[in-house]
This record gives sequence, C-alpha cells and structure tokens, in this order.
Amino acid sequence: MKHISKALMLMAALAVSACTNPNRFPGDGSAGGYDATAGQGGIIPGSANDPRSSAYFQQNVGDRVLFAVDTSSLSPEAQATLDGQAQWLMANADYLAVIEGHADEQGTREYNLALGARRANSVMEYLIARGIPASRLKFVSYGKERPIEICSEEACYAKNRRAVTIISAGGLTS
Amino acid sequence: MRQFLTCVTVAAAMALLAVPVAMAQNGPLRITITEGVIEPIPYAVPSFVAESAAAQSYADQLSRVVAEDLTGTGLFREIPRDAHISNITSFQSPVQFPDWKAINAQALITGAVDVNGSGQLVVKFRVYDVFAGTELGDGMQFAGTADGVRRMAHKVADQVYARITGESGYFDSRVVFVSETGPKDQRAKRLAIMDYDGSNLQYLTDSRSIVLAPRFSPTGDRVLYTSYETGEPRVHVLNVGDVQSRILPTQPGMMSFAPRFAPDGRNVVYSVTQGANTDIFRMDIGSGATSQLTTAPSIETGPSYSPDGSRLVFESDRSGTQQLYVMSANGGEPQRISFGAGRYGTPVWSPRGDLIAFTKQNAGRFHIGVMRVDGSEERLLTASFLDEGPTWAANGRVLMFMRETQGAQGASSLYSVDISGRNLKRVPTPQGASDPSWGPLQ
Repeated sequence: MKHISKALMLMAALAVSACTNPNRFPGDGSAGGYDATAGQGGIIPGSANDPRSSAYFQQNVGDRVLFAVDTSSLSPEAQATLDGQAQWLMANADYLAVIEGHADEQGTREYNLALGARRANSVMEYLIARGIPASRLKFVSYGKERPIEICSEEACYAKNRRAVTIISAGGLTS
Repeated sequence: MRQFLTCVTVAAAMALLAVPVAMAQNGPLRITITEGVIEPIPYAVPSFVAESAAAQSYADQLSRVVAEDLTGTGLFREIPRDAHISNITSFQSPVQFPDWKAINAQALITGAVDVNGSGQLVVKFRVYDVFAGTELGDGMQFAGTADGVRRMAHKVADQVYARITGESGYFDSRVVFVSETGPKDQRAKRLAIMDYDGSNLQYLTDSRSIVLAPRFSPTGDRVLYTSYETGEPRVHVLNVGDVQSRILPTQPGMMSFAPRFAPDGRNVVYSVTQGANTDIFRMDIGSGATSQLTTAPSIETGPSYSPDGSRLVFESDRSGTQQLYVMSANGGEPQRISFGAGRYGTPVWSPRGDLIAFTKQNAGRFHIGVMRVDGSEERLLTASFLDEGPTWAANGRVLMFMRETQGAQGASSLYSVDISGRNLKRVPTPQGASDPSWGPLQ
C-alpha cells in the first residue's frame, strides 16, 4: 500500500480475474460486429457495438498482437493493431490497460517469463510512443503458463506467442 | 567421464567385495546420449527379524523399502527371496556364507526391528561381503517413531549404498515440486512435497495462484518459489515446518522470479524484470539488503551457486540465444561456457562442484545434459519433446527433471536419470508434476 496506488492494485486484481475468466476471448459466432438484438440503431452498452466496451476493443480494435519465435519485435501488422489500440485509448481516456505477455511451450519456463515480459514491454513502449501516458499502462508476463491453444504444432504456437491488451474502465476515478 | 565414473563404482565394489564384477563397455568420449550398461551387483535382503510381536508389522516393510531403494539405483540387483537357501531368523546368529554364495549374492543385508519402552522403533542392520565372508563396516542401529518407518529404511539403504560404492547416498531425502491438474490452457498448480520415491506426499499451497519452480534451502527447512498471488510473479519463501509463507521484499509491481538459495541459506539470488530487461539480483533475506549482479540489457536468469558459494552459473541471451555463463558470486564479467548447437538454460551446479546440469533445446527436441564447469565434456542424458529443469540428488550422481508429453493432452511428470545416462525412470506422483527441487540428505 505504501508504494502502490489503489489504481495499480485494482489493475493487478483485474489482471488476475481476467486470466481465470474463460469468457475473456469470445470465440463463437455471436461475437460479430453486427448484433441482431441491437435493433435499429440501438446500442447495447457493453456489447461489441458499443464503441466504448471492452468487447468492441477486443473484436473491432483487436486486443492482441502475435510474435515470431523467440522475438519481441512488432511486425507491420502488429503495429497497425497497436495504432488502433492507441487511438482507442486516446479516445477513452478513463481506461487503463494491462498488457499480458505470453510465450509458446517451446522454451524453458523462466526464460519464457522474461521473454513474455519483453513482448509485453514492446507493446507498452509502442503505445507510449503513440501518446498514451505510461501511468495508464502496466504489463505482466505469463510465460508459457497460459496458452490459449493447446496443440503442439506451429498453428497453435503462433497464436500463443502473443501480447494481449486488457482494458479496464474507471481506473482513474477509483 | 562416464567410463571414469563407471570404473570408480565398479572398482569400489570390487575393492570392498573382492569379487569380479562385469566391466562396463569402453568407448570414446563424445557428446551423445549414453545408454551404457553396467552389470548390477546381486544382493539379498531377507525380511528383517521382528524381535517382538509389536515389531512384526514393520519387519517386512523395512526390508522391502531397502530393496526398492537399492534396486532403484540400477547399480544393484535383488536376488528374489524364493531363491534364498538360508533364512535369517536371528540377527545375532552367524551367517551361513556358503548358502548365500550358492545363489551368487555378493552382498547380504540383514536387519532386525523392535519397539522400545517409549513406543519407538529400533532398527538394526548389518551388511556382509558374502564372497570374502566378512562384515562390511559395523552394524548400526537407528531409533525413530513408527510413522518414520520408511525414513529408517532409507537410512539403512543410504548406509549400504555408501559402504558398497564409497559415495554418500540420497534415499533419505525429499522433493518439493509443482503438482498439476487440468488441461494445458487451464492448468491448476500447487506446491507439494514428498519423499524422493513419491511417498508421503503433502500439499503446501492451494491452487488459487499460479506457482512455479520451488527450490529448497540447503538444509531443506525452507522453500523459495514464484507465485502470482499479487498479480505479477513474485518470489516467496515458505517455511516447510509450519507451511507459512511470506513474499520477499523485492520491488512491488515488478516481476521477480527464478530464485535460488546461496549455500549459506541466508542470501538468495533471483531475476527482476524492468522494462524489456531481466537481470540477476541478490538479497540477504535476513536484512532485505539487495544488490544487482548483472547489468546487461539482455535476459539474465536461472542463477545457481557453486557449492562453495564463490561463483554463479546462469543463463543469458546476450549472444542472441540462451547460453550458460559463470561469474563471481559478486557479479563482474561472466565467462560463457556453452558452445554447442542449440539453446542452453536452467543451469544447476552439482553439489560435488564438478558438473553443471542444464536443459538443452536443439532441433525441436529438449535434452537434460551435464558439462564440466568450464563447459567441456558436454553429455546429453535424455531426449524428448520437452525435458526441463534438472535438480541434483544430494550425492551429485542422479538428476531429477520434468518431462512433458506432446499435444493437446500433454501432461508433465517427474523423471530421474543417472549422470551416466542410465536408469531413466518415472518418479510416481498421483497427478501431473513439474519443477522438482531435490532436497539434502536428511
């Protein structure tokens, strides 16, 4: 409590709860940009067509970037995604973000923790360079502890070598 | 190296038992997975003698555990009891050596157990060199509580091992590790502790937070580990006695991990991540005083002390890939020691000081290997889809590590292997298991 702000504590708590929430990564067909139940011009707050929602951030902005084996450099595609994240964070200034870095299973545990940190840091530095205050950003690495794909093939590994930006509202007002 | 060790073992056995033992095959030294064969020494261990009715239920268990320990090393072969000609019905009666010679038992272990006035077990044993017709060392006696009966058997086996090989044993030891359940993408992890053979398992934490890589203190009284309890990985220290843990006072909000005790049991080395950079730090866990030991902008992690505390081996990707380095325990310029193909990580210094064990990743396979402290005489002991994180037995002759199987159903378990590459076997655990740390001889 001495050195850590309430906001950071909240972010830490969110990071933990987020990583145990199986619904964090929508994968079913209902997650598209169009939602029939939204009706004519109506926006359901929190749904994917509410531009201030985390669902919108995940699906329309893109919450993650992928990395090549044992690297933390940002591809042009990753940079384009992060440009979108930066724009969104600029427009939604009361949101905080925790960037989670991950590695695939082809590496030793502790090295992969450090590698995941390097990846998350790459994303954080990029967002800072695009004007997002460092005080709104924080990163944590899960190394190879939290894969989203479980096969032992490159198709899965490619999706696991990722940095995911988890946004949370109201951090600055708490 | 393999030949040398093999010859030491065999020579020791020959000197002490004065009987011919098949020599191991000779071959050139090279970096290769060794599957050499040595002829195990045949021995007999009849059921221990129960010296009172109260001791009856322990007598057979003691001799069975002694046999499991000895045979489990791959250096000894038990002659089954139904082949025995003599029965041992009294601990004091003279041994009928011709009966044991006739079944080619080169070593004979006899024992007895009694329950004393205060309810403690009293275990006695003798070891005989059958072909010389003499006792090997003096008879010994241990006393302990009945729930420690397996430990008493391990102590007997440690003595037998030491007398026949000339090396200290490792049977009366414990392993702290991570017990794992659930699929790869929702794996739950808890710290657990057990005897080296998988008996007496106890859990030390629940599975609310991810826990990684526990490491014993030099005396086995405490365990360092990494936990996500605060949201980011931080180093914790746990008292084995009362299972209480506390977070080390590393900088809040920063990742700290890869802890290991110094031989003094007071200093701890670990990694801290600041931005993209991971460096090695040291903390006196009595005072909380810290110092930074590496300053390169690369990843430095996995530090492990030499047994005299003067040097550290660690891994760094400063060259572009993970490699092993040795430096003074106070920091300074490190010397790279790994130069083979592939990536090297998780170095651990042997308690004998002569070897460094590591994980090697090359051409899509993982290996556990050993090399001399200067990086020479690298030998790979295992190969699989994922072998990782070796830990040394107290006598520096056996390694335990984790092996994870491939694919969506992949699971991890613990294995042990001799530093010769022989005697690879799974260590039984009730669930998945990873990140073993092998404690000292108790």
